Amino acid sequence: MADRMADRTLTPVHPLADRWARLAAVEDGTAGALRLELEAPVAAVDLRVDPRGTGPDAVAAAVGGPLPSAPDTWTAHPTGIAVRLGPDEWLLTSTTADPEEWEFHVDETAAAHGGMAVDVSAQRTSVRVLGAAARDLLAFGCALDLRPAAFPRGRCAQTLLGQAAVLLVAHAVDDLQIVVRSSFAGYVADWLVDAAADSRS
Amino acid sequence: MSRVAGYGRVDRSRTITITVDGTPYTGHPGDTVASVLLAHGARPQTTSVKYGRPRGITSSWTEDPTGLIQVEEPFPEPMLLAATVEATDGLVVRGVNGQGRLAEVPDTARYDRRHHHCDVLVVGAGPAGLLAARTAARAGQSVVLVDDRPAAGGTLTGTETIDGAPSLAFVTDVVAELAASPTVTHLQRTTAFGHFDDGFVLALERRGEAARTRQRVHRIRAGRVVVAAGAIERPIVFEDNDRPGIMLASAARDLLHRHGVRAGREVVVFTSDDAAYAAAVDLADAGASVRVLDARERAPQAWRRRCDERGIPVETGTLVHGTRGDGRLTAAVVGPERREVPCDLLLVSGGWNPTAHLVSHVGGSLAHDAAIGAFRPATPLPEGITAVGAANGTFALADVLREAGGPDAPVAPAQEWPEPTLVLWHTPGEASRQFVDIARDATVADVARAVGAGMTHPEHVKRYTTIGTAHDQGKTSGILALGILAELTGRPVQDVGTTTFRPPYTPVAFAALAGRERGDLFDPVRTTALHGWHVAAGAQFEDIGQWKRARYYPQAGEDMTAAVLRECAAVRTSVGIMDASTLGKIDVRGPDAPVLLDRLYTNMMSSLKVGRVRYGVMCGNDGMVFDDGTVLRLAEDRFLVTTTTGNAAHVLDWMEEWLQTEWPELRVRLTSVTEQWSIAAVAGPRSRDVIGAVFPDVDVSGDAFGFMTWQDTTLDGVPVRLARISFSGELAYEVTVSSWYATAVWARLVEAGQPHGITPYGTETMHVLRAEKGYPIIGQDTDGTVSPHDLGMGWAVSKKKDDFVGKRSYARAENRNPLRKQLVSLLPTDAATKLPEGSQIVRFCDDGALPPAPVPMLGHVTSSYHSAELARPFALALVKGGRERLGEVVHVPVGDELVAARTGESVLVDPEGARRDG
Repeated sequence: MADRMADRTLTPVHPLADRWARLAAVEDGTAGALRLELEAPVAAVDLRVDPRGTGPDAVAAAVGGPLPSAPDTWTAHPTGIAVRLGPDEWLLTSTTADPEEWEFHVDETAAAHGGMAVDVSAQRTSVRVLGAAARDLLAFGCALDLRPAAFPRGRCAQTLLGQAAVLLVAHAVDDLQIVVRSSFAGYVADWLVDAAADSRS
Repeated sequence: MSRVAGYGRVDRSRTITITVDGTPYTGHPGDTVASVLLAHGARPQTTSVKYGRPRGITSSWTEDPTGLIQVEEPFPEPMLLAATVEATDGLVVRGVNGQGRLAEVPDTARYDRRHHHCDVLVVGAGPAGLLAARTAARAGQSVVLVDDRPAAGGTLTGTETIDGAPSLAFVTDVVAELAASPTVTHLQRTTAFGHFDDGFVLALERRGEAARTRQRVHRIRAGRVVVAAGAIERPIVFEDNDRPGIMLASAARDLLHRHGVRAGREVVVFTSDDAAYAAAVDLADAGASVRVLDARERAPQAWRRRCDERGIPVETGTLVHGTRGDGRLTAAVVGPERREVPCDLLLVSGGWNPTAHLVSHVGGSLAHDAAIGAFRPATPLPEGITAVGAANGTFALADVLREAGGPDAPVAPAQEWPEPTLVLWHTPGEASRQFVDIARDATVADVARAVGAGMTHPEHVKRYTTIGTAHDQGKTSGILALGILAELTGRPVQDVGTTTFRPPYTPVAFAALAGRERGDLFDPVRTTALHGWHVAAGAQFEDIGQWKRARYYPQAGEDMTAAVLRECAAVRTSVGIMDASTLGKIDVRGPDAPVLLDRLYTNMMSSLKVGRVRYGVMCGNDGMVFDDGTVLRLAEDRFLVTTTTGNAAHVLDWMEEWLQTEWPELRVRLTSVTEQWSIAAVAGPRSRDVIGAVFPDVDVSGDAFGFMTWQDTTLDGVPVRLARISFSGELAYEVTVSSWYATAVWARLVEAGQPHGITPYGTETMHVLRAEKGYPIIGQDTDGTVSPHDLGMGWAVSKKKDDFVGKRSYARAENRNPLRKQLVSLLPTDAATKLPEGSQIVRFCDDGALPPAPVPMLGHVTSSYHSAELARPFALALVKGGRERLGEVVHVPVGDELVAARTGESVLVDPEGARRDG
């Protein structure tokens, strides 16, 4: 896998590459209370498999970690996370596989149980909101109860931030991941930068 | 000056200057515009909306029906209240004569919104609200406390004692305790203006000009809502009760204790309630000459004693019948004998109305309580809501503390020897000069007229008289109107019912509701992975749904027409490249994928072979086209479906709806991959050279890579899919790659195209090229009433399939009507006029003039462009019986002219399709 990566001479471009500096500047003057970071692109598949069958366990075994079964939750596996998007749908990421490998690997396992996996690595991108003021910032654009007790590590939510559909993933009290479709990423980044200034005022 | 030493909470160490109606006035931080004016014995130059009568300041807060001002500086805002606008240095306002004026300059201030979740929301930080918040906070609950005044304390003036100490010390202590609690959010200058189901409350915070955001809307979701919003004093109606100098008794007291302003020197207090005595006593202590006229036969004895001590005359059983003055008050007209009592301030009190708006917003009803002479929240309240203190009809401080504070409530001395409130709606007099709603110039005579017209329900009377519909929403007049209606219709007021309070409690600026959603953030802007390239290339963009798409790439000196002609010529003669990434893309997978697609497309998809591409049309149940696109068969059980840019989400929803609700037995899964894949369309006779150069491993010859087929390859190890799909009629390829690599692959294609002068082209050129080929744009050439047959695409409607969505509609007689509108081309016979899109089409008029109306319309122009290839303008049109009219000349009215145009086959360029293979 690593060899194949090395062969590539085409340079991938992060959907928010042009906004990296503006996002980074949000930290200025916050004394670490707020930090916005771009997530490196990861391989991701949309996994569909019958939750009542043997598929989820088979996929779990293949990726090395359980698939979350409760609504609005996620779990970690050795190379990424598994986010429950629906009763029979998960987003499964890997920071080490390349996209085609990852689709093939998960799909092969799922197919044996009537399921399937579709490569969506480039469909979405992620911004990490970090720091003590992270949840406060999101409260300016998300109607859900994101207080730590209601939205602890392990929870996720498909919701709106501003006017964009996003997937929020809670990693820690001061660490939340915004997963957004690439085409909306610029809007979300601009929204975050704009709101960050207000949230601190 | 009527600023009284030793009173008020304004900061007298600092002086500010405001300008009202061109005159500068000095005041202090903590003042309102009203308190500054009254301190100078002035009022805004304001007149009433209907009669143009002078208007003064009637109250000291949001209930004021008069006192309207227009702020000019720092930013123009109409219809605000002098009583609520905080005085800040440099503020410029003027009185409103009837109506305000919207700003003509852009508002540069920021507005935003914030969501909150809490166990308890307390509305109002008077004694009741403070105690409710403290109790909840001490129990460990999360609390949001909002209050609309600048500081907590509600109507406490500082003269009261709580637990033996001055009441404001109690306020300070509780505020400090709440501030120290990590679970409490306490917001002053914040008005809860709307209450909705499930504990959802909207509140507007006025943060001031110095703040980064001028106003903030708080969207609060609370487990429980405590309404501690206080009460509003009820006036009594009498003749000429609208004259400047007439004020609520509570307002004068508020002005004295909050701002240190004595609102008059010679004061008459007209009351039917005990509370006004406090105003009488306080104003006398502050140096005014005061007389009390009590409508009741007995005065409250403790208050009477205090009045006696101060030499305040108290007359009982005495009514104010009218007033005298010119511009402002000079005397009260008292008793049936119409005795004139000189005064410059007439204070009125007819009791108190609980501020129960937030209870009413969510369906809570109000019941008349004879004991307090007012409507209060009826029990049981809607679930999750409690009302405490004056908002619940509990007016005496001692009772309020007990009700709101529970077992560890502080105590206040009980009121001695109270007298019950006398409910008095109006005194005898000339009904047409007795103002019920001073803001609307609506009188007792107007209510009588409504009753005379047969109206008995308050909602009807409200609409007929407009009472309660002004900026104050009838905070003082609404209940008066009920009482007077009851009297006129001979019913007890409790039988009349009430109108329903609706949000907003106080006016809210649209800018505040818009919040951050303005300018660039008005609506999400969706961009492709190639957006930066388009920007750098100087593209002009157009909005397609939420997408920004490159429309054309003007070179120096080019307008759109010139740029598009150049881009079109490049594609027709050499090669162009376009970003087609915005097309909706849906991965359709599963053993039953062919079945699903056969049912949703009009044409057959199951017969498509792996490696091939088919154009497909989707129709609604009505058989009318709603989307089109290409379908690639990736495997026996896997297809990639493309949709139009603007319709992608709708098509996915449509497919999911059928799949989930009608055909759940189908083993198919749909995945949106719109952003996953970027598409570069490379089109033109030289496109084969470009593709061959970038992908040397691919045999791009026509035999090896046929039209409407696809092949997978790699570029430096990155998977790439090539498809021979053409939306221009030219030899063309779509190059699909993971969006991670879109920029890199696009750069390779552009580089390889340099020898052929590869030209980036935008959506405008795409539209022209497809129109020259007669390819419709769904949503531009169609409007939801157009079938595939109307578009000349009957070939795309399968006759072999048993069923598909829309099929049954084709059996309708109307669908076979030969006069249905059909897509044809139009060539203006002058070969020069570009017909405006949307133009109507009529029969050819021999005399060159439109016949008299009505002129039968044959159809309309749907697309119209200049064609580089045809060297003339052309159009597509939907024309009645268009297929039967081919070759016919019709007229198109353009302005005052009739432009002749010849109908023809919709395909104008390369009708035999020779170019698609290069």
